[in-house]
Amino acid sequence: MSSHTVYRFKPYNLGRWIVWTLFALVLMVAPLLWTSSLSMTMLSQMGIGIIVCLSYNMLLGQGGMLSFGHAVYSGLGAFGAIHALNFASAGSLPIPVSLVPIVGGVSGLLVAALLGAVTTKKSGTTFAMITMGIGALVFSMSLMLPEFFGGEGGISSNRVIGESVMGITFGPQIQVYYLIALYCFVSTALMFAFTQTPLGRMLNAVRDNPERVEFIGYDTQRVRYISFMVAGFFAGIAGGLVALNNEIVTAEVMSAERSGAYLLFTFIGGALFFFGPIIGAVLMVLAEVLLHEMTKAWLLYLGVGFLAMVMYAPGGFAALLMMNVRVAAFGMMRRLWAVYLALFGAGFTALVGISVMVEMIYHRKLNVALGPTMTYWRAEINTDSTGAWVGAGLLALVGIGLFEVARRRFVIRWSAVQDDIEAELRRRNAL
Amino acid sequence: MSNPNQSSSASSGGFALELRDVRKSFGKTEIIRGAQLQVKEGERVALIGPNGAGKSTLFNLISGRMAPSSGEILLNGERIDGRKPYEVNRRGLARSFQVSNLFPRLSVFENLRCAVLWSMGEGYAFWRFLSKLDAANARAEEVLGMIRLQRKRDVSVSSLTYAEQRALEIGVTIAGGGKVILLDEPTAGMSKSETANFVQLIREVTVGKTLLTVEHDMGVVFGLADRIAVLVYGEVIAFDTPEKVRGNERVREAYLGSTLADQQTAEAGV
Repeated sequence: MSSHTVYRFKPYNLGRWIVWTLFALVLMVAPLLWTSSLSMTMLSQMGIGIIVCLSYNMLLGQGGMLSFGHAVYSGLGAFGAIHALNFASAGSLPIPVSLVPIVGGVSGLLVAALLGAVTTKKSGTTFAMITMGIGALVFSMSLMLPEFFGGEGGISSNRVIGESVMGITFGPQIQVYYLIALYCFVSTALMFAFTQTPLGRMLNAVRDNPERVEFIGYDTQRVRYISFMVAGFFAGIAGGLVALNNEIVTAEVMSAERSGAYLLFTFIGGALFFFGPIIGAVLMVLAEVLLHEMTKAWLLYLGVGFLAMVMYAPGGFAALLMMNVRVAAFGMMRRLWAVYLALFGAGFTALVGISVMVEMIYHRKLNVALGPTMTYWRAEINTDSTGAWVGAGLLALVGIGLFEVARRRFVIRWSAVQDDIEAELRRRNAL
Repeated sequence: MSNPNQSSSASSGGFALELRDVRKSFGKTEIIRGAQLQVKEGERVALIGPNGAGKSTLFNLISGRMAPSSGEILLNGERIDGRKPYEVNRRGLARSFQVSNLFPRLSVFENLRCAVLWSMGEGYAFWRFLSKLDAANARAEEVLGMIRLQRKRDVSVSSLTYAEQRALEIGVTIAGGGKVILLDEPTAGMSKSETANFVQLIREVTVGKTLLTVEHDMGVVFGLADRIAVLVYGEVIAFDTPEKVRGNERVREAYLGSTLADQQTAEAGV
């Protein structure tokens, strides 16, 4: 009979349009705000990173599948794409440069179809170990098949081929950036759309309770396998863009370090929200380019930071952001900004003290030839002087002490705010 | 794929669910020792028995969670023993769990919608939006109303009360439209008044369906069931109407001969 017994009021979803428009605007305007060639490099890598981290989260956050070998799919996508680019250069493959990433996507899809059949048969720890094994296997194959992988030198190519259309040759980095931005926007939109489909929702169900899924008519392995292939496709697109961006692809794109980075930064960004990996990808590029340049100890900071997130904020930055958005939505942020200020101030002090000591240790161990003086930001620090060590040590201790004090205050205030929010929700529910 | 709404039982003499000499061993221990059962279409059967009799194991065998060591299980005349759970479910049998087995990070409505998707033919589609699936959404709303959780529609499962979770558990079980429903101790852990309400809910949502339910509360059993099957040490020692079962000497000896059972039936006014 009538399915309209409940009156459905669906207002035009304004919030969603605003968010996506802002996303498109940021992508378009970013290179106009940050114009240096280093910025252009980083922005291009961020666009690529967003696609691959979102595809990784399809497995991790949406499907509950922890993969240690996702770089296999983006990497083989990159190799597929660079060979296609070379064929296009030689004239044997008539595709425009702008469609080369699609070849990467198809490569990723085919590899995922092949390997996914085996990988998705198991879940949990077994799945993770299989992905790790496959990652190591594929990486080791790269030195054995020089025709495809190019040996140690990799495969290079040239993206400025064919006739230019409307002045677009993809020679200048800015043109490549806008191609990446376009792929990034479309891929993000498609991956978001996936989360609103039957398969996307059943993937969430498989994450939450793989056994019950079978009792409501779905083959859990089939859900995982198809999703695995979709994720592989998008990872391949990212790989294809890497091929275009760098014009060279080496086995590094399939390495365990790459896979580890995807895992680390998707987690840090936040696996529980769709936009978490976007934050993670931005942080990934900032860490690998900027932080890497600033200090030799960047991996140490990264590792400790990751550890801290796993222990204290497993939802990543996205979850932290959303928790605070919720507090602000209930109008209770004014109760917290003072403790936040104290927390960040103390934390920053501790961080400076600790990092000065870490840098001094690294300097003495790794930069012996440069003498005892090291540069920290704009300051010159003599690592021989006990004053420097004592100063840094004191700064660290004071910072840690103040942080602990601020943290306790914060926990009390935060719990009170959460209780009040729960009470308000109950009140609203009762109406 | 057979239509779960038809009963094709020419070969089995018209039974919705039939067990023929079903046996199950775990190593050397035989848990189910030749169980026999014939449930007619539309019948309500209660499966009772002492702890350790094998009731949950029997449910697991029927629903496909495990395969019997020997014997046959037939659904509408078609053999389902040894089939995967999703194959059994697609042929029209759905089961609930003793411990609520839901999707904790999805909302109440999403739980129900997931349970509806296969029966609506959505399959593994990732080229259609959930919001546009009118039939699936309507059915999920309908079940939401039946289990009376409209006010908790978009609430996450983890914040439901125990009784609400049990209601959702039943909702997820019947949402797919299966004609044969297995309920595993649906009222476990509920108070007297909650149980009474819940039994009414079970009656309402299983109208026109075949029901097999494991129960310990004798009041519920005698009030709900057309026939009672008594499982003791992996065998069905009696399968008859409530009055006859109550009077059965073997059953009284093995199971029902306790003041608790008499008390429960007296309280239920049966």
